[in-house]
Amino acid sequence: MIDLQGIEKAFGSNRVLRGVDLSIGTGTSMVIIGGSGTGKSVLLKCILGLVTPDAGSIRLDGRDVANAPRDEFLARFGMLFQGAALFDSLPVWHNVAFRLLRGANRCPKAEAREIAVEKLRRVGLKPEVADLYPAELSGGMQKRVGLARAIAAEPEIIFFDEPTTGLDPIMAGVINELIREIVSEMGATAMTITHDMSSVRAIADHVAMLHDGVIQWTGPIAEMDATPDPYVQQFINGRAEGPIASVR
Amino acid sequence: MSLTSPFAATGRVVLSALATLGRVTIFALQAASHILRPPFYTREFLNALMQIGWFSLPVVGLTALFTGGALALQIYAGGARFNAESVVPSIVAIGMVRELGPVLGGLMVAARVASSIAAEIGTMKVTEQIDALVTLSTDPMKYLVAPRVLAATLAVPVLVAVGDSIGIWGGYLVGVTRLDFNAATYLKNTVDFLEFWDVASGLVKGAVFGFTVAVMGCYHGMRSGRGAQGVGRATKLAVVSASVMILAANYVLTEVFFSA
Repeated sequence: MIDLQGIEKAFGSNRVLRGVDLSIGTGTSMVIIGGSGTGKSVLLKCILGLVTPDAGSIRLDGRDVANAPRDEFLARFGMLFQGAALFDSLPVWHNVAFRLLRGANRCPKAEAREIAVEKLRRVGLKPEVADLYPAELSGGMQKRVGLARAIAAEPEIIFFDEPTTGLDPIMAGVINELIREIVSEMGATAMTITHDMSSVRAIADHVAMLHDGVIQWTGPIAEMDATPDPYVQQFINGRAEGPIASVR
Repeated sequence: MSLTSPFAATGRVVLSALATLGRVTIFALQAASHILRPPFYTREFLNALMQIGWFSLPVVGLTALFTGGALALQIYAGGARFNAESVVPSIVAIGMVRELGPVLGGLMVAARVASSIAAEIGTMKVTEQIDALVTLSTDPMKYLVAPRVLAATLAVPVLVAVGDSIGIWGGYLVGVTRLDFNAATYLKNTVDFLEFWDVASGLVKGAVFGFTVAVMGCYHGMRSGRGAQGVGRATKLAVVSASVMILAANYVLTEVFFSA
């Protein structure tokens, strides 16, 4: 269980998060929606410790993450970054097996490569891809490799940051399906941030809408379309008119 | 505008400069401490050693060759004014190993390596690769910074030694072919007047310059702003600051090593 209480974060005079309260149950897939620049990525980075919140508490299974041993804490997470964030200087298999080749749970190189190839196969990539470099891959393939890296060490919690940004609708659908399948078969807790409604419908068990630095609405995906919340309605229907100011 | 405005502006500039100096110093100390503490990333270190040391050899060698040749011509022309042409071999050797070898070698490495390190790490930062490293339980200071700083600190003295040799050889070529020096006499004068400390001080300078270049490249890369403009600015700052710091450090080291 991930429990966020009163998370605040400002960059200079820009108060991005103004008191975020949110709980994500173990084994559930939470999708956070919201417009560009509303602080979705900042929230996710706060949980991972990449950004330090100004106020509030983040608890993982009841334990304050600020006091948790860093490596032990991060070992429970996998993350797919918006641009995949693959290491250019390393071949694909090395990217996927990065965690397996280092740290306390390191395994022999041959075994790490075998696991990497298996994870690549799981995301629909052939073994030949393992020896290519990230620059030789298309955007969709890079996202798949990023996904393979996120699941390589079988984490309990996986974060997806805008998993379908920059992909064509068909490839976006493939990535959404892969995420849903993998999260289900691993029984992992997932947190996805996106403003792509097709991703929301494919991936989410629960949805939370972030706007003006707070969670405006949260509930099961089944209740999203019927909610009278004007923020959610404007966002999911893509209306220019409503409480969310649009710049034209 | 009040009367105190110029003082306030000066104060802000001084405080900002001191803050930057403090940040760079802390960064350099952190880099040094990470070099000494495990885990050690051998593959990254060897890769950095190749990039910084081996691939800088051509540019350092060519710089030294032409500098040695030009130095021989200048000293000959200057020495001729008071019949001291015979000092060419010894002055070329001392000038190369004490000053020109380390300083020009350091500046060429600064241009080539500080820019490349800053651009590489800056790009990694803006494409979230550094965040990815952290989420994969890998400390960027250990994985990216420490191997590069160690490699530069070890590689630049070797580059300086090679540059010294090539520079002296450049002077020898010009001396023998253009200035009609006897080859054996030229070599004898070079060896006779060169002392161990002349060479060693240049190598120590090289190590300090190598450390400086890598620290400035890594520091500006890690603090790179967003986008192409941010990376470009980081690259420019890395080269400029590394070059200025090399020249400043050279003066300080020369004072320490050779002032009476």
